[in-house]
Amino acid sequence: MSDKGKILAGVAIFAALVSFPFWYNTGTAKPAPELVLAPEAKAAGECILPKDQMAREHMQLLDGWRNSVVRDGQRVYVAENGKKYDMSLSNNCLECHTNKAEFCDRCHEYASVNPYCWDCHVNPKEK
Amino acid sequence: MKESRRSFLKIAGVSALGLSAASNAHAIGEYFISSDQAIKDPKVSEADRWGMVIDTRKLNHKINEKISEVCHVTHNVPSLPEKYKNHEIKWIWEEHYNHAFTSQPNEFQSEEAAHAPILVLCNHCENPPCVQACPTKATFKREDGIVLMDFHRCIGCRFCMAACPYGSRSFNFQDPRNGLEDRKPTNPQFPTRTKGVVEKCNFCAERLAVGKEPACVEASKGAIVFGDLSDENSEIRKVLKENYTIRRKPGLGTGPSVFYIV
Amino acid sequence: MLEKALTGSRNYWLWLAGLAAVIAVAFMGYLQQWEFGLGITGMSRDVSWGFYIAQFTFLVGVAAGGVMLVLPYYLHDYKAFGRITILGEFLAVSAVVMCMLFIVADLGQPMRAMNVVLNATPHSMLMWDAIVLNGYLFLNIIIGWKLLEAERNGVPAPKWVKILIYISIPWAFGIHTVTAYLYCGLPGRGFWLTAVLAPRFLASAFAAGPAFLILLCFIVRKVTNFDPGLKAMQTLMKIITYALIANVFFFFCEVFTVFYSGIPEHMDHLKYLFFGHNGHGALVPFMWTSMFLMLSAIGLLLFPKIRNNEKYMPFLCIMVFVGTWIDKGMGMIAGGFVPNPMHSYVEYTPTPLELLITGGVYAVGFLVLTILFKIATKVKEEVNA
Repeated sequence: MSDKGKILAGVAIFAALVSFPFWYNTGTAKPAPELVLAPEAKAAGECILPKDQMAREHMQLLDGWRNSVVRDGQRVYVAENGKKYDMSLSNNCLECHTNKAEFCDRCHEYASVNPYCWDCHVNPKEK
Repeated sequence: MKESRRSFLKIAGVSALGLSAASNAHAIGEYFISSDQAIKDPKVSEADRWGMVIDTRKLNHKINEKISEVCHVTHNVPSLPEKYKNHEIKWIWEEHYNHAFTSQPNEFQSEEAAHAPILVLCNHCENPPCVQACPTKATFKREDGIVLMDFHRCIGCRFCMAACPYGSRSFNFQDPRNGLEDRKPTNPQFPTRTKGVVEKCNFCAERLAVGKEPACVEASKGAIVFGDLSDENSEIRKVLKENYTIRRKPGLGTGPSVFYIV
Repeated sequence: MLEKALTGSRNYWLWLAGLAAVIAVAFMGYLQQWEFGLGITGMSRDVSWGFYIAQFTFLVGVAAGGVMLVLPYYLHDYKAFGRITILGEFLAVSAVVMCMLFIVADLGQPMRAMNVVLNATPHSMLMWDAIVLNGYLFLNIIIGWKLLEAERNGVPAPKWVKILIYISIPWAFGIHTVTAYLYCGLPGRGFWLTAVLAPRFLASAFAAGPAFLILLCFIVRKVTNFDPGLKAMQTLMKIITYALIANVFFFFCEVFTVFYSGIPEHMDHLKYLFFGHNGHGALVPFMWTSMFLMLSAIGLLLFPKIRNNEKYMPFLCIMVFVGTWIDKGMGMIAGGFVPNPMHSYVEYTPTPLELLITGGVYAVGFLVLTILFKIATKVKEEVNA
């Protein structure tokens, strides 16, 4: 094949471009974010779900709350431990986690997640 | 040679599709809270069919303005500058009799009726054309008769606005926070909306959920009666029995739940 | 066969480059809409659908017009159309692509478009519209491609293509009927609440689609070595004549029903369109122009000596196309929203940015059309050589 040289060159360039994010970012990996629990959160003692489950599934929980509140008119969540909570991000979750910038945003920025909840939902601290 | 390469690619393509479908299947499913974990607030006001009687004899221009303002402040409805009159959002407002009751033209109408201060809002119809039109059920009719909007699901197609025979719906042609002072909500307990979704009166579903009456009813000082139309013994049924009431465009078969004493 | 679109004259590449430039600029305009919201258009709380949806409505008709080639050829063996059914099918593909782009451009939250699929709502006409449009797109792509491929290889097409073709014929009628059903089932809009809307949409489509196709045939004749055939074009002109007469007749039926019954809520919309109201009359000159174009086109089309004459055909087709475009693409939507449900008159004028984005979508359509027609005509040139 007389094109062997061109093909190999093309493959090499392709490999370099495709692996660009990896070799460009070597050595610049940031450490896992450190979250600051707000004093109100510390005082509450426990969250609605166990910490690991909440970290993994809070978006699914919020989606479920959304369907329950908007479509079924049911606004009170009965947690595993029997405690009742208002199904509201702004009026419940953020009442304890009053420091969005040091808590919610830290993980979101690290994971490059841009929740657009805040286009509509109000952060009570930023009234 | 050619055939086996083609069949290899076909098999590879189908497998890739299949694998990605299998691993992504869970992402498409919806997350529902099970019924034993989601309950209503004990203070909730419930009904089978919420309805409203507006006694325009007890209203005047000033009270109507106040009612509009209370509703709009409670729900963070923006107030945009005059140059954006086209993008106006309004949930409840005052209309001239001729504009509110287009199916009742009467050039010899009584003085009182012709100048009556009519409050118009979403009629939360029994048979809503907007719900029929919505392709995503973002506009839907709840069991208690309220025609509600799910702002998370609305794609902003505005088919519901074309379908509404009353002009009750508003669209967010721009970010509504542009019309809120300092971009801050007037009621932090309630969310704002975002650009690109349709909105309208929600019969204060969030207030009914905790046992309060709608904001407009509270501000009307008795001019607006709110209650369960299907409950024969309710106050609203009493008012309806004792007064002649009219509705907007009743001939269309939409079954509006808002009645007017003019 | 896609490689056939990669070779062409200097003019071909200049044309594609020009279209690409328009698309690029229009896309920047769309980014402004993405950033600010649909407020950059001229739409309002009262006229909540505007130019985007009007173009969508018109182009669904153009897409359906392709059936006027397919039906006579496949159901009635009208041989003269055999050479150009592919052009009708590819025109349909381009038109449906534009329809879908206009819908996306009009959505307030386009990223949520999949909600229509995820939350399918059978009682909503929009769901069915999405289904039939997508179906028609795939039908025409597959049919067109397979037929062209078979022609290039000098073999008959696979048997299952015939089945798809037979499905595509009622489907074409279906896409425009469902689009009409979006409008004519809304109880609050007197202008649209008429049984004759779907037949009128179809009649207008079967005039506009073939008219545009004939114009494309003239261009194809000029820039390629493929001749669509004068006989086919003359028969299409006959079809356009009947369709246009039907369209105007249906309109006169509407005028009679509305004005003889004298119901104000129905009369108000036609009065606004043709006579204006209290100083609001932006559409009046356009509507009368449309009527003049359609009526004089009918007058001329009735004479075979004029209708069959190649020198007059392009002008007649332009008259028909512009007349039906104003009727559907301008009058239909605004007429339904003015006056509003409370009898107030709020007019609608598209903004320059809105028109730019519209132009960009049209450019995408022309790009698709050019490429597909290039492939089709190249194949036919080679086969006939």
